[in-house]
Amino acid sequence: MTDQTEFAIGARRDWMGLLARAPDDTLMTLWDGIETRPSFDWLRRPEIGSVMVRGRTGGTGAPFNLGEMTVTRCSVVLQDGTVGHGYVQGRLKPKAEAAALIDAMMQTGAADEVQARLLDPLQQHMQAVKSTRAAKAAATKVEFFTLVRGED
Amino acid sequence: MYVAVKGGEKAIENAHAWLAEERRGATDVAELSLAQIREQLSLAVNRVMAEGSLYDPDLAALAIKQARGDLIEAIFLIRAYRTTLPRFGHSNPVETGEMACDRRISATFKDAPGGQVLGPTFDYTHRLLDFKLAADGDVPKVPEGSARQEPTPHITEFLKDEGLIQDEPTSDDTPGDLTREPMEFPANRPLRLQSLTRGDEGFVLGMAYSTQRGYARNHAFVGELRIGKVAVEMDIPELGFAIDIGEVELTECETVNQFKGSKTEPPQFTRGYGLVFGQSERKAIAMALVDRALRWKELGEDNLGAPAQDEEFVLSHADNIQATGFLEHIKLPHYVDFQSELELVRKLRREADARITSKEVAE
Repeated sequence: MTDQTEFAIGARRDWMGLLARAPDDTLMTLWDGIETRPSFDWLRRPEIGSVMVRGRTGGTGAPFNLGEMTVTRCSVVLQDGTVGHGYVQGRLKPKAEAAALIDAMMQTGAADEVQARLLDPLQQHMQAVKSTRAAKAAATKVEFFTLVRGED
Repeated sequence: MYVAVKGGEKAIENAHAWLAEERRGATDVAELSLAQIREQLSLAVNRVMAEGSLYDPDLAALAIKQARGDLIEAIFLIRAYRTTLPRFGHSNPVETGEMACDRRISATFKDAPGGQVLGPTFDYTHRLLDFKLAADGDVPKVPEGSARQEPTPHITEFLKDEGLIQDEPTSDDTPGDLTREPMEFPANRPLRLQSLTRGDEGFVLGMAYSTQRGYARNHAFVGELRIGKVAVEMDIPELGFAIDIGEVELTECETVNQFKGSKTEPPQFTRGYGLVFGQSERKAIAMALVDRALRWKELGEDNLGAPAQDEEFVLSHADNIQATGFLEHIKLPHYVDFQSELELVRKLRREADARITSKEVAE
């Protein structure tokens, strides 16, 4: 595999992961702001299902089945043959549709616009939420100090 | 003879109508929204997701509302719904070392890298009822510190570097799945952990407590307890590579336990492991203690005959949906069964009475 395709896979993995993890309302609001949407045909209509989440014994050992999570998926094909896949957490079919269309548009000339108007603000919003939690956690870090040393 | 009877449809219909009215409660009190349950009763939502074995906070909130707050009934609803979903596949094992930790404490290493991060804990509260909450819901402004950028390392890694704790060698074995095949004994550790993580919190807690009180005591320390979000990654066949399909909040507990060593292993620490959906630390610690107790055979320890060492006992009774199904079915109509028992007892009584009477006549 060339560096070029590895780079492309890495970028696609990033935006698909971002869309999967995105809060429903944030993504749908940003998606509503994209006026020019391509026409498409369904390759797979949105379907709700589950994925068995696995952990590892002791955090590092053999895999075990932890429990399932809900996932909605679908696939679209644009007029020019570009295929987009949506895999999103939860049971919101319009979100899976948006994710699949965004995935397809990111492989076309619309990529820059979608990146700037949807993926970048989404990424910033999710990063801000995450950073705020991390900052609150940091404020609960224990600072130990010595009361009495027993040398005397 | 089996006698089929029919009836009660009207009674059942009316009972369900009344149930709906009672569920709603007084109509001059505002109705609960699912978002309120999800946001403000989040630990109940977490428990329903963990024992319902399906991570979906909105569904768990709906189940709690429908079940009038009866969490086992809510778990039942989630389990039933889960069976209707097609399964797309399984995730890659989650990387708990990459967790964005809200909380991370160690009872064994004060100065562990990453520090002791308390998070939003009930610990160190005075457990006094706060009547201010009854009056208003004002929240204080939460102080913020300087956020840690890098992932927080697992504490057991430090013991591992010194060779002082039993290793957990990585493998890519396919774990058994008790939702697909009935549990068989002896069960291996991955199956035991699956059973424990969806097991009843009260039952697992009771079993864990029994080990602390001396029934197969294994001297556990909480090496590490962490709560936070991890990404869930799955291989997507149509893409040919793995992507994140979401993220879940997990509680992970690793206990560090004394181990005298065996014929093949030097004295070292061993581990118990707990991993549970949501913020569920009582359950995660209890799971780790029970996991460790059930490992007696593979560690060459003695069977002390303690309940927590008996995997058939523990795993067969940990599931509250199985348990409640069997327990509660005895309240359903058993008229015919009971009629035959009634006949039997009457007959025995007649015979006993006859014996007494004939004895009295003889005297």
